[in-house]
Amino acid sequence: MRILVVEDDLEAQRYLVNGLKEAGHVVDDADDGEIGLSLSLSRPYDVAIVDRMLPKMDGLKLVEELRQHGNVTPVLFLSALSEVDDRVKGLKAGGDDYLTKPYAFVELLARLDALMRRRHPAAVKTRLQVGDLELDLLTRTAKRGEASIDLQPREFRLLEYLMRHASQVVTRTMLLESVWEYHFDPQTNVIDVHISRLRAKIDKGFDAPLLHTVRGAGYMIRARA
Amino acid sequence: MRAPRLFRTLAFRIVFIYIAIFAISAAGLVAFTYWNTKRALDMQTDQTIDAEILGLSEQYQRLGLGGLANVIISRSVRGGQSLYLLTDQMRHPIAGNLDGWPQIIYRPNSFIEFNYERRVGGVSTLRRARGRIFALTGGFQLLVARDVHERHETVRLFSTTLPWSLMLMLVLGVIGGGFMSRNLIARLDSINDISREIMGGDLSRRIPIRGSGDEFDTLATSLNQMLDRIERLMRGMREVTDSVAHDLRTPLNRLRNRIDAALRRLPPESAEYTEIESAAVEIDQLIATFNALLLIAEAEAGMAREAMAQIDLRDVVEGISELYGPLAEEKGLTFDVAPSGEAMIAGNKRLIAQALANLVDNAIKYTPEGGKVRVSIENTPAGVSLIVADTGVGVPVDDRVRVLDRFVRLEASRHSPGTGLGLSLVVAVAKLHNARLELADNMPGLKASLLFPHDTARAIARAPAENPALQIAAK
Repeated sequence: MRILVVEDDLEAQRYLVNGLKEAGHVVDDADDGEIGLSLSLSRPYDVAIVDRMLPKMDGLKLVEELRQHGNVTPVLFLSALSEVDDRVKGLKAGGDDYLTKPYAFVELLARLDALMRRRHPAAVKTRLQVGDLELDLLTRTAKRGEASIDLQPREFRLLEYLMRHASQVVTRTMLLESVWEYHFDPQTNVIDVHISRLRAKIDKGFDAPLLHTVRGAGYMIRARA
Repeated sequence: MRAPRLFRTLAFRIVFIYIAIFAISAAGLVAFTYWNTKRALDMQTDQTIDAEILGLSEQYQRLGLGGLANVIISRSVRGGQSLYLLTDQMRHPIAGNLDGWPQIIYRPNSFIEFNYERRVGGVSTLRRARGRIFALTGGFQLLVARDVHERHETVRLFSTTLPWSLMLMLVLGVIGGGFMSRNLIARLDSINDISREIMGGDLSRRIPIRGSGDEFDTLATSLNQMLDRIERLMRGMREVTDSVAHDLRTPLNRLRNRIDAALRRLPPESAEYTEIESAAVEIDQLIATFNALLLIAEAEAGMAREAMAQIDLRDVVEGISELYGPLAEEKGLTFDVAPSGEAMIAGNKRLIAQALANLVDNAIKYTPEGGKVRVSIENTPAGVSLIVADTGVGVPVDDRVRVLDRFVRLEASRHSPGTGLGLSLVVAVAKLHNARLELADNMPGLKASLLFPHDTARAIARAPAENPALQIAAK
């Protein structure tokens, strides 16, 4: 995937670029907003990582300009600002996701994966399938093999999100934000409890587990380990 | 039913009291003048009558009845305002310009008022007179009087019009007062409306100045200057938290990046990996504490007021309960949510959700297995309360204020995970919403209630109902 990194903190930029390259992406970098804008307008990127505070043109302005040119490249904002209403400003300006510094690299990678996946959506699906686990989005029912699984509405949304991002790492924060729509640190790992309940429903009694814990990162639903 | 708003205003009451005092003193003044003038006029008339009686009685003594009659006849012919009647014992007229004895109570030697008929050119009119009866020796009666019709008419007119004039004055005064106080009320209302909008988060609003230089303009100018200062302070505060955030987050970010880079290079089975991974956990805890402190600072500075909207506390309770309920059940606790009616308040949904999450998290953390956690909403006349009650270890009375401070952790909780900022954040969020956090004994356990007073809800009632943060960002 081609990724643009617009970041003026050169050390942070170096780590970001190296990390993304190690993860197998093609990365361009820019030190200020103007270069960032001209790069993002002249080359096709799968995703752009943009710092909020940049010299010459700040991140919000960059993304606003980009959107005015009709460019729909997914943008992930990085911000070192206090964030009570900063996130809303970022998303309003045309950003697709927002991550506050300092962040864990796995969190960033997971979010980039989700953004790039969103860019190429498959045809509208009414049915999700991972291995022998099936989720019918119309009848709101789930079954594994022949056995139907009884899910609470929130469990259904949780499973749906995991299955839409099948074979991708999904972090706890992503789940909290997407499934529960909360943007705060819950201190206790409440998400783990929900995951273990879900796991008990979909994996218990089956030989091949589908819902995996990814050490230091989050969770992933996948047919074969 | 209450009186219309106009009558309850201070401005109208002042005007009304002023009119009442003015009317009473005006009436008193007029009454005194009336009474005094009447007395002076009567006295003049009485003196003239007394003098004539004295003169006539001398004539009678000197000239006898016939002489007196002649004098009276000659004086009667002269006309003027004097009236005479001389009668015999049976009150048959002998001489004088009065046709007959007037219809009066017979009271000799005191002044009386009576009506008489006067004929001028065949037209007879009823007129008023004031006079005195003088008993002559031999049973003859002499009535001397003066026509006081004009004076009487004036007085009568005066006393009939006076109440009407007073009434008219009162009515005009009340109408005028109403207009005046409406004007005052309108100006005060505009100040109140704008104050409410400012409290609702729009710090850029200012009170309009008319340029008339009156007291209201002075007040508006002072208030605007105060608002300028508040806005400057808020902006300063925001800049400080932003730069603190930025200056600390940048190095923390580099540190976190290095740790990640190191982790990526190490085989996950190695001892170094485990060491560095626990360093990552430590730094994440540090970041969490830092973020919590920053959020407290922002909430206390009132920054998040921009994102206020009308929210239903039931949604917040439902969401948080759904998130934390399984955690409580996992721990072997009974977790339940009391049903409640609509509970609208003006607030920042994200922060209230986080405050409730902190309270619920604490309740679950400090309640031993088999206990109970109950979340409820209470609608009282004072306001809406968000209540989290547990049957856990509780907080001793002496510590209930102290636990709200930053980083304070009681002995009992020292070994469980947490930043010691949970309740501080709840307090900051409460302060932002003019709400109050109260800790009480649940016997056993802790009952934490967040009370959102009703007047706050009203003060910020004009906050837009849908996603105001977006609207503000768009400006």
